[in-house]
Amino acid sequence: MTTKLVVGLDGHGSGERAVAFAKNLADLIGDCELLIVYVVEWSPYSFQTAEENAQRHKRREEEISTAMQRVVDPAVGKLTDAGAKATGIVRHGDVASILMAISEEEGASQIIVSRSSEGGFTKRIFGSATSNLVMHASVPVTVVS
Amino acid sequence: MNSIKTMLLLAIATAGSAGAVQAQEAMTLDQKVNEVFAAVTGPFVNLIFAPLPGTSFPWIVMWLVVAATVFTIYFGFVQFRFFGHAISLVKGDYSDPKDAGEVSHFQALATALSGTVGLGNIAGVAVAVGIGGPGATFWMILAGLLGMASKFTECTLGVKYRNEYDDGTVSGGPMYYISKGFSELGLPGGKFLAILFSVFCILGALGGGNMFQANQAHAQISGIVGEYPGWITGIIFAAVVFSVIVGGIKSIARVTEKVVPFMGLLYVGAALIILLVNYDKIGWAFGQIFAGAFTGLGVAGGFVGALIQGFKRAAFSNEAGVGSAAIAHSAVRTKEPITEGFVSLLEPLIDTVVICTMTALVITISQQLIVDPATGLYQLNEAGSSIATIGDVSGVGLTSAAFGSSISWFPYVLAIAVILFAFSTMLSWSYYGLKSWTYMFGEGKKSELTFKVIFCVFIVIGAAASLGPVIDFSDAAIFAMAVVNIFCLYFLMGLVKKELVSYGSRLKAGEIRKFKH
Repeated sequence: MTTKLVVGLDGHGSGERAVAFAKNLADLIGDCELLIVYVVEWSPYSFQTAEENAQRHKRREEEISTAMQRVVDPAVGKLTDAGAKATGIVRHGDVASILMAISEEEGASQIIVSRSSEGGFTKRIFGSATSNLVMHASVPVTVVS
Repeated sequence: MNSIKTMLLLAIATAGSAGAVQAQEAMTLDQKVNEVFAAVTGPFVNLIFAPLPGTSFPWIVMWLVVAATVFTIYFGFVQFRFFGHAISLVKGDYSDPKDAGEVSHFQALATALSGTVGLGNIAGVAVAVGIGGPGATFWMILAGLLGMASKFTECTLGVKYRNEYDDGTVSGGPMYYISKGFSELGLPGGKFLAILFSVFCILGALGGGNMFQANQAHAQISGIVGEYPGWITGIIFAAVVFSVIVGGIKSIARVTEKVVPFMGLLYVGAALIILLVNYDKIGWAFGQIFAGAFTGLGVAGGFVGALIQGFKRAAFSNEAGVGSAAIAHSAVRTKEPITEGFVSLLEPLIDTVVICTMTALVITISQQLIVDPATGLYQLNEAGSSIATIGDVSGVGLTSAAFGSSISWFPYVLAIAVILFAFSTMLSWSYYGLKSWTYMFGEGKKSELTFKVIFCVFIVIGAAASLGPVIDFSDAAIFAMAVVNIFCLYFLMGLVKKELVSYGSRLKAGEIRKFKH
């Protein structure tokens, strides 16, 4: 059976180290698929203007294609070129919850993320996406520093 | 159409000169604006508020209440039967996780609420209670509960018949469901009625959604910093609104959208604290509300006066049957249009049954309305038109005094809330007006800009004119939307019934499942 590893990217340089780590791990495992995930931060309980609502569907499509082009596709391309099996996924929502949900849906055996790059204030109040993930995930989480 | 164009041109000309004059001429300018405005809008206002023959009861109030009652009965008390389901939908229990990033039920409701929760809840209720006494509250609550069915009907249709464009944007609202629904049923005149609605919606956007807001915001600011010409407030507001809707400075809109719900919660929180502190008077206050509802307790026009005021202010506050909410709700992402109908029925509940009642209770409990100790009836003011109050205040002033009697610094918070509510309501209505405008004149940058400029000009006029003519025109324009909208809803309600029956049976059979458990 193929082992699946979820790799969460946040669009920053540190993500490359997470991808490199996952690639090494995949090489060691052998039959392994890497799921490269980018989460667009989104809450269904945020407040928007009527105009923003009317354009939301269009914006969502744009957000997905931008994330695919800028973050996910380059990573997937590099991995595929290097001979690894990789798939890209872009979703909207809370980073930690989405990574956990994907790992459950896909039956992944591990989640790999880089250390969070979030700012001080939000992090202090709500905790970073990485720490929330480490605390709540049902599969092992590797945080690459 | 020609008369509207004349009016718009007249308004632009008047306001155009506003910017050019010196400050010392301002008083005369304010008066001039007022005079021209009252003369132009008078006949329209009189037609909308004409009393039923042989009574003093405005036919338009009856029109709204009868419609809400008809919808309530026709849909088998949908507002109570599907209340729990509406809450589940807002919580996102039935939302497909794959649709994350699209407009959620919560967001559509919140956007629509930010357009309705505002001055109607603060100033409108004070007007209702000030004229109709505490008894008006009873009729307001009743109108709110019945209005939930009207909102359900129009918002279901709003989603069902919206336009979805290739680029992924959507446009919806009564003008779309009227024209599409009528042609689906093979009825004539759909296009004409849709245009008629659009015309009234533009007037409503310029009136209640703009001038009334600017006017009351000016009243609040000048109440704090002292009297000064209204057009100055108008120009400042117009500049900010212009920078958002034309300049695309989204950050201002975003900040407002985040602060307004917070202000709403603060307002309800303050009201709750006042009620808790005075918990021993709550029973008495409800006693006044019930007694006043059926006897009037001495108010002008007796219990009918209380009833008219209650119904009128409820309709103005929650806009049920007006059609505006259908525009706001139509952007939601759902495969079942009726789910947005269920969600929208929470709007009159939150707006009228909860927030308006809070205001009314605080005004009653704070005993700002003067009671004759000998008879226990309310004393009228010198003109005999409304109840005498401590400090002779009305509208926002009355609400402010009522809150201030328990929390001395609250009037300042209230003033900020009023200004923010006014601003967010203006933004919402600028969108409703724009959608009607583009329905008639086509979607395009030039056409949109024209409307947006006209909208900003009316902010200046609204702030400069005195309250009387502004409030009359605002009410009349918004109720005129309801005349067309409700007339069409009677023809279209069968389509909603079909959806309701189908959805209800699938929900019962377990075909519609929760994603969250």
